[in-house]
Amino acid sequence: MNVLRFMLENRGQVVELSLEHLWLVGLSTGFAMLIGIPLGILIAHRPRFNKPVLTSANVIQTIPSLALFGFLLPVPWLGDRADRLAILALTLYALLPIIRNTYTGIRGVDSAVVEAGRGMGLTESQLLFQVELPLAVSVILSGVRVAIVISVGLATIAAAIGAGGLGEFIFRGLAMVDNRVILAGAIPAAILALLADFGVGWLERRLQAR
Amino acid sequence: MPGDANIPVIEFRHVAYRVDGVQVLSDLNLQVDRGETLVLLGRSGSGKTTSLKLINGLASPSSGEVCVNGTPNQQSDLIRLRRSIGYVIQDVGLFPHFTVERNIALVPKIQGWPQDRIRARVQELLQVVGLGPEMASRYPHQLSGGQRQRVGVARALAADPEILLMDEPFAALDPLTRDELQREFLSLQQRLHKTVVFVTHDLREALRLGSRIALMEAGKLVTVLRPEEFVKSSDPWAAAYVRAFGAGLESAAIRGTS
Repeated sequence: MNVLRFMLENRGQVVELSLEHLWLVGLSTGFAMLIGIPLGILIAHRPRFNKPVLTSANVIQTIPSLALFGFLLPVPWLGDRADRLAILALTLYALLPIIRNTYTGIRGVDSAVVEAGRGMGLTESQLLFQVELPLAVSVILSGVRVAIVISVGLATIAAAIGAGGLGEFIFRGLAMVDNRVILAGAIPAAILALLADFGVGWLERRLQAR
Repeated sequence: MPGDANIPVIEFRHVAYRVDGVQVLSDLNLQVDRGETLVLLGRSGSGKTTSLKLINGLASPSSGEVCVNGTPNQQSDLIRLRRSIGYVIQDVGLFPHFTVERNIALVPKIQGWPQDRIRARVQELLQVVGLGPEMASRYPHQLSGGQRQRVGVARALAADPEILLMDEPFAALDPLTRDELQREFLSLQQRLHKTVVFVTHDLREALRLGSRIALMEAGKLVTVLRPEEFVKSSDPWAAAYVRAFGAGLESAAIRGTS
């Protein structure tokens, strides 16, 4: 196996780039959750914000990733460091599945349960944290899972603007027309995606409300 | 506990409720006295459920006012008001991710009761509604419909509210279970003497459980009668109801008052 030998010989770099990749994906997913979950809660409770928020997130999703990286390059502060820029772009792409699933999850909570809670004198925040979010958590997490899997793939493109990550191998391999180098980036990326998918899936089942 | 015997526990004063241009209630005047079971009877869309929600502030009147113990709801802290009123709905609305115990304990817990007092109260209530102590650790999806509504009633009683609002609580149950729960409601009410407002479209249930029946039609209060008056009433709407339910009602009315 040529690929395996190549990866072993360059294991230091494989590990380093994998960690970089993980850093890009982890940080951007974290930001996307910080922004997307509150936005999803907002539009679940205030339907008039529903359309503008979901439409914006949808539009972002349709911008080709390479173009988005390019658009952001001239922006002051951001353009100074490629990884900042990559994290912003990845955050934007991760928003849609997270917002949409948060919205769906909360809207999916049985209205009788919400009415009973409100009628018993729960405050809106008690209702949110003790009833709605616990019941929506597995749907929200499945959105996070989709976001992570998309991000792991997209983050390989971040190498095009010098943000590092496993894309470096892929672009280098493409330039060198060497499949071993391409696969040295692609295989760890696929493994990362599978691990994240499995990990969050496990969490999802653990937290699944009865 | 607030308790001037002269003030009605619940009072509707010229209450109207409109939503999206639809007149749901108009000029509703009604008093509910301490310890009675007032049944709101009417068909769907007659405004019964809305009237109930006006009492615990889940809806607020477009004009007029609803007073609980003499205080208009507009001036009350609605969260505190709701915690002092038990609320039972047809779909029960148990929290599916909580055990029976946590469901029942919800209001006492947010009111900061000590843990051992909550535990004792849950056990006491399970017994009151006819469930075994082993039910405490079950989840709602492990219960039958009748058991769920029993838990719903226990939950509503948890913080020992003075007022109980019940919105067609037994309508979704099979006839045998419904009969059982109605019977238990009566014996419960004989012991607890809560002020109950009970919504139903079932005249038999109204006659059996109510100390008075408020008949509603198209957002208006038609008449308020005691069960034994209701079956003999010459009011056209009441008479229409009695005709629709047919024979055997007289005895139901007598049982209701015994």
